[in-house]
Amino acid sequence: MSADRCPTGARPGTPDARPLRAAPLRVSRTLPLLVAVAALAAAPLVLRACADAQPPARPGAPTDTLPAGVSVRLDYDPRVRPGVAVLPVAGQHGDSVRAILQRDLDYGDRVTVLTGKAADAPALPGGRVSYDLAKTLGALAVVEARLTSGGIRVTLHDVANRRVLAARDLPVTGLPLSAQWRLSIHAAADETERWITGVRGIAATRVLFVRERRVWMVDADGENARPVSDGGALSPAWAPGGDLFVHAVLDDAGRQRIVARSIATGTSRTLASGGTTNITPVVAPDGQTVVYAHGEETGTDLFAVPMAGGASRRVTVGRGTDNVSPSFSPDGRRLAFASGRSGHPEVYIADADGTGAELLTDFDFGERNYRSNPDWSPDGRVVAFQSLTNGQFQVMTLSLRDRTVKRHTDAGRNEDPSFAPDSRHVVFTSTRTGVPQLFVLDTETGRTRQLTTGGSSRMAAWSPPLVGAPAAGAPR
Amino acid sequence: MTPTRARVVRTVVLGTLALTSLAACRRKPTPTPTPSGPTAEELARADSIAKANADRARADSIAARERAVRDSIAAANRTRDEALAAARAALTAPVYFDYDAAAIRDDSREQLEAKIPLLTANPGIRIRIAGHTDERGSDEYNLALGQRRAASVKAFLSERGVDAGRVEIVSFGKERPTCEGQDESCFSRNRRAEFELTAGGESLTVPR
Repeated sequence: MSADRCPTGARPGTPDARPLRAAPLRVSRTLPLLVAVAALAAAPLVLRACADAQPPARPGAPTDTLPAGVSVRLDYDPRVRPGVAVLPVAGQHGDSVRAILQRDLDYGDRVTVLTGKAADAPALPGGRVSYDLAKTLGALAVVEARLTSGGIRVTLHDVANRRVLAARDLPVTGLPLSAQWRLSIHAAADETERWITGVRGIAATRVLFVRERRVWMVDADGENARPVSDGGALSPAWAPGGDLFVHAVLDDAGRQRIVARSIATGTSRTLASGGTTNITPVVAPDGQTVVYAHGEETGTDLFAVPMAGGASRRVTVGRGTDNVSPSFSPDGRRLAFASGRSGHPEVYIADADGTGAELLTDFDFGERNYRSNPDWSPDGRVVAFQSLTNGQFQVMTLSLRDRTVKRHTDAGRNEDPSFAPDSRHVVFTSTRTGVPQLFVLDTETGRTRQLTTGGSSRMAAWSPPLVGAPAAGAPR
Repeated sequence: MTPTRARVVRTVVLGTLALTSLAACRRKPTPTPTPSGPTAEELARADSIAKANADRARADSIAARERAVRDSIAAANRTRDEALAAARAALTAPVYFDYDAAAIRDDSREQLEAKIPLLTANPGIRIRIAGHTDERGSDEYNLALGQRRAASVKAFLSERGVDAGRVEIVSFGKERPTCEGQDESCFSRNRRAEFELTAGGESLTVPR
């Protein structure tokens, strides 16, 4: 497969002749199975080659840190998002499965999910699919799902080419309708989205947040919100494997420490304590180090401690200023953080050893600046943060490639953004409904949905993918 | 009643009786064969009356004196309790800060300086200074600002002779507001450093 198949950017105004971006994954009926497997194996190579074809970084700007092997997010024109029909799912819990698949594809903001009778129509008696009806109704893809013992079989139909594009048996674990069972269905939706758009969905993820002095966890679709820590907890952050998280503890006497907590067992251990301040921990992408903010009396600086435990070492030399809220670049080589070293909080970027700090939020809206809570996108291209704008915090993103700044919110107070694994969706805290709640934002289209309800919710952290992508193998 | 006084009373009583009897004589010479002075019985009765009166007067005087002593002790205790309460209040009075600042304000200096003689007079006292912020600003950055405020107060005190080892600082950031309003009157009350006696607060020596 040649590089000219690489998507190099949106071509505005060009009607999308090949809405299904899964071309590298096309399985031809006429070729032997081996070629299909080879095509699938070659797909990551194609996508990596596409990454190499990126335009060079602007001189002087921080170099792009896109790690090898990660799927490039395909650009597409939102005006021609492919319509997708998810057919009724037979059997017990079929309605739930269908609703989860529909909602997950909708929340991905890359396809338009048909609803109501239109979505039922292409299903013909005998289990066949009517491509003509699907086409008439504007569906370019039809998704069929069937629960099997211990799993779910998902079949994707390519309407334009009138054939099955892909089909796979995926595992389903946990009691029906439990959080674990839902996670399996979400993973099936994510895989389906990858077949349709080339980008894996983010449905099989969870968000940690703080409510009533505890860390809580909620599914990416807003279900199953539940506490996962003891009291006094602040600032949760995921380890890259999704199996544990770190957070700060502020006790009733005001003492602060950093702990790591296992999600499966609920056990926690202290990583750092002492002094006055121990807050905003994050785990390095290699999972080995935790960087956090530590203060004694004169200022607060970033320190690093091994995840396995041990002595802390200083990272930033703030000389009495306050330096908090670190966020790693995806290659682990740099840190974004908030610092008051200029007299008011701004976002800086430094090397992971604390050297070479430079101002990232080097722009002025004409008022006394206050920028904080940076989050580096998983694809390395963008840093999200909050910025005081007309007296209120708003969620912003700054492109590292060209330093352009984009504002994503306007009503109420909006702060503390955290990227989803797709580097496109962001969860943040908003007071727009009165009580602080978490909202999910699509940075491409601006669409926003409320994630949490009930008690006050803040300090959100979006998980890495929690279900591994299925190994390449025979899809039919 | 003192013995002297009792004698005086007895003398007065006897004299009165004597005069009364003389007056009786002067009015009318009567052939009644009465004795010229008080009888032994009357004398004894007068004595016992006088003694009873003297005893009662003495008891009243003692009671009054005891009452006076109790009252002055109670008054002294009240004054001391008030002084202790005032001392504790002075030690734990919070101080307030300007927005996004940790510098000691002019109106806080007097309050902080009032704590120093109490801390000096009571070397066993240990205090914990907790820094707080209003609810504007980033949640996490405010924890650092709270530390900055507590540290600023500690530096003020230790520059004026308070041993730093007796002072612990903590920060609550915006996590423990005293009020929830969205107005400056609430914001200004939340931008504070609070003081807690963590040792030695039971009995204070109040310097004069």
